[in-house]
Amino acid sequence: MTVAVNPSQTGEPLFYLADEHPHPEGWSTALGFWIYLMSDCLIFAILFATYGVLGGNYAAGPAPKDLFDLNLVAVNTSMLLLSSITYGFAMLTMQQNEVAQTQVWLAITGLFGLAFIGIELFEFAHMIHEGATPQRSAFLSAFFTLVGTHGLHVSCGLIWLVTLMVQVQKFGLIEANRRRLMCLSMFWHFLDVVWIGVFTFVYLLGVLR
Amino acid sequence: MSPDFLKLIFGRLTFESLPLHEPIVVGTFVVVALGGVALLGGLTYFRLWGYLWREWFTTVDHKRIGIMYMILGIVMLLRGFADALMMRGQQMLAFGGSEGYLNAHHYDQVFTAHGVIMIFFVAMPLVTGLMNYVVPLQIGARDVSFPFLNNFSFWMTVGGAVLVMASLFIGEFARTGWLAYPPLSNIGYSPDVGVDYYIWALQVAGVGTTLSGINLICTIVKLRCPGMTMMKMPVFTWTSLCTNVLIVASFPVLTVVLALLSLDRYVGTNFFTNDFGGSPMMYVNLIWIWGHPEVYILVLPAFGIFSEVTSTFSGKRLFGYTSMVYATVVITILSYLVWLHHFFTMGSGASVNSFFGITTMIISIPTGAKMFNWLFTMYRGRIRYELPMMWTIAFMLTFVIGGMTGVLLAVPPADFVLHNSLFLIAHFHNVIIGGVVFGAFAGINYWFPKAFGFKLDPFWGKMSFWFWVTGFYLAFMPLYVLGLMGVTRRLRVFEDPSLQIWFVIAAIGALFIFIGILSMLMQFAVSLLKREQLKDVTGDPWDARTLEWATSSPPPDYNFAFTPVVHDNDAWWDMKKRGYQRPLTGFKPIHMPSSTGTGIILAGLATAMGFGLIWYMWWLAAASFIAMLAVGIGHTFNYHRDFDIPAEDIIRTEDSRTKLLAGAR
Repeated sequence: MTVAVNPSQTGEPLFYLADEHPHPEGWSTALGFWIYLMSDCLIFAILFATYGVLGGNYAAGPAPKDLFDLNLVAVNTSMLLLSSITYGFAMLTMQQNEVAQTQVWLAITGLFGLAFIGIELFEFAHMIHEGATPQRSAFLSAFFTLVGTHGLHVSCGLIWLVTLMVQVQKFGLIEANRRRLMCLSMFWHFLDVVWIGVFTFVYLLGVLR
Repeated sequence: MSPDFLKLIFGRLTFESLPLHEPIVVGTFVVVALGGVALLGGLTYFRLWGYLWREWFTTVDHKRIGIMYMILGIVMLLRGFADALMMRGQQMLAFGGSEGYLNAHHYDQVFTAHGVIMIFFVAMPLVTGLMNYVVPLQIGARDVSFPFLNNFSFWMTVGGAVLVMASLFIGEFARTGWLAYPPLSNIGYSPDVGVDYYIWALQVAGVGTTLSGINLICTIVKLRCPGMTMMKMPVFTWTSLCTNVLIVASFPVLTVVLALLSLDRYVGTNFFTNDFGGSPMMYVNLIWIWGHPEVYILVLPAFGIFSEVTSTFSGKRLFGYTSMVYATVVITILSYLVWLHHFFTMGSGASVNSFFGITTMIISIPTGAKMFNWLFTMYRGRIRYELPMMWTIAFMLTFVIGGMTGVLLAVPPADFVLHNSLFLIAHFHNVIIGGVVFGAFAGINYWFPKAFGFKLDPFWGKMSFWFWVTGFYLAFMPLYVLGLMGVTRRLRVFEDPSLQIWFVIAAIGALFIFIGILSMLMQFAVSLLKREQLKDVTGDPWDARTLEWATSSPPPDYNFAFTPVVHDNDAWWDMKKRGYQRPLTGFKPIHMPSSTGTGIILAGLATAMGFGLIWYMWWLAAASFIAMLAVGIGHTFNYHRDFDIPAEDIIRTEDSRTKLLAGAR
């Protein structure tokens, strides 16, 4: 919207642009992706709300205190937070056009993400083994769904990450790939923010409760 | 073959799943099958498949996608209306010991399918189609922000519609009412496939709707032509923007609540169960947090259409543009603060009920402001009673009645009496038909000449108008009376013979509406035949005011040969008034997105996945999911999604228009 719309020199009002003014490729992508992220955020908001309403309904089953191992969760959290830092490094090296370094940082990010998913699955398996299944109580239904949805998002992020690494390898750090890396970056940090909420609201408050 | 093997392949789909024992369904199937075979045979005979695939199914042109949305909406209207006729017939006959002609199992599916189809697959496609077609033209853009996504969104909506239609002949549809409240919709009480059809149809279509919402917001925010500030946008664009904000801010809620219901049904979790700490009320709250904004998603674009139509056919600038915009925004925000009025009777207590009662009543203030703006626009205008204007007048009369009964229902003590009664049914049909449907018809009659280059036939249009409007009053005013007498909704048989006369009147009204719909189909057919007489070469048949009328009818692929520059709210009116000359030289190549088949393939796979999940054919669900991932990722490896329309093509197109315009003069 920065094009001048003043009347032309002759004083006649200008009703059209004589030159084509194409929007650069990806002109709307950042905004579109932000809006998508906000709609995703709403999904988490509803899951949090559901957990807030149903999270105390143990149905005479296990409560957070009996189930959560804060040490494990602390390790898990650090995996995700570290992956965000390394993704940041990937973006910095991308700015400097260093393909190889970017790929290395992306790979490290992926490994941290994988570790996060692994630990989460271990935790889930452990809980299910102890009889704390999603079917046991509304609290556990809400817990598994909230945390699991986050885990599912991280898994999608991993698939996306691998796809982008292949594309960067194949086509280099071209404009389109930079834009895609930027979108994944926002997605990845967004999941980090959501996890902070999960960590605080579900685990810490759960153990306090 | 062993039963285990069959179960592995077909899940719970067996021969018994086919409703061969329901003569009505079998009859419908025969008719649909014959019609389908005739259609497919015709397409093959006239070798149209290649044309359809290249020019329509794979197109990313917002105009063609908009037209396909409209066709989907009109086709599904026929299905949804057939359900309505069946209900009216049943309720008219089932008196004095008669059971009518629909058994409970079938009748419950009919009223559920009617609601689901009319909201999701009639009203939504009609509204989305009009926004898709008109908004980029009104803001002087060449297409939407994400053209491929637009195609994908459309086909996802079709996928949802296909699943609903499949439920008619393969298995059954939900018997729960259109919002599928648990615990009734949970696996214990609805063990069959009906609710699963409901869930996956809405999930598949919902993805499309959400993405289309994001797409149109970006389009309006990022692609307006130079000079078009926010407060110079046409009102239809404004209401579209607000509608799409509502879509993005409410459809994810529907996605989650349906996902939680599926977890309850498929995995055995306890979100909405009666035991193990589940809460069915949670479902009701969540679904209405989506559901109330949804009604404004539908009606806001209709308000936009009425604004455009009123100012065009009164020959005046819209009265109170600024207040119209603010009213729209206020309605957008307030629509999130009223959801609880759908279940005042569920025991939230007096203070909660009064809060939501008051917020609900407050919404009538901005809506009333709009009504006065339209009236003042007409005041001292030179009103032309063409079809779009007639629908607008009918809307203004009808919607005010519906709005007033709405305010009545918003009073919690009154609602305790009227809750779930036919009074409520009459109220929401009054606002949805009077607002959304009349709005869509005004829009169709208004923009049809833009899309096809000829006007719609006025005689059959007026037939349709009068039958629809009188039919509406005949069909729904008796329901107000019945509701006040205490008749509740969704009843199949009645005891009290004194009620019958009202149902007979309502059924006659439904027949009138049926004639109205037939007249509308007739209107399309006659207009097509008389297209030479109804032709408009100017591109501006109504002497209208906004930018979409500045280009030819139908507009070229690229919409505008040169990007327009806007100085005024009514940009095209301003251009006409100040002696704008259409440029005849200096054309340059135009950059446009290329067609792609990825959208329809992905949506087809998503539909197959839904079908697999409905019938527990796990292999199908897994295979189509993996295929979706593969196709989706494969699509991202295509970096060449645009092409240039060469300047010669543009010169040829524009020159032929110049000749046409000269001939018309």
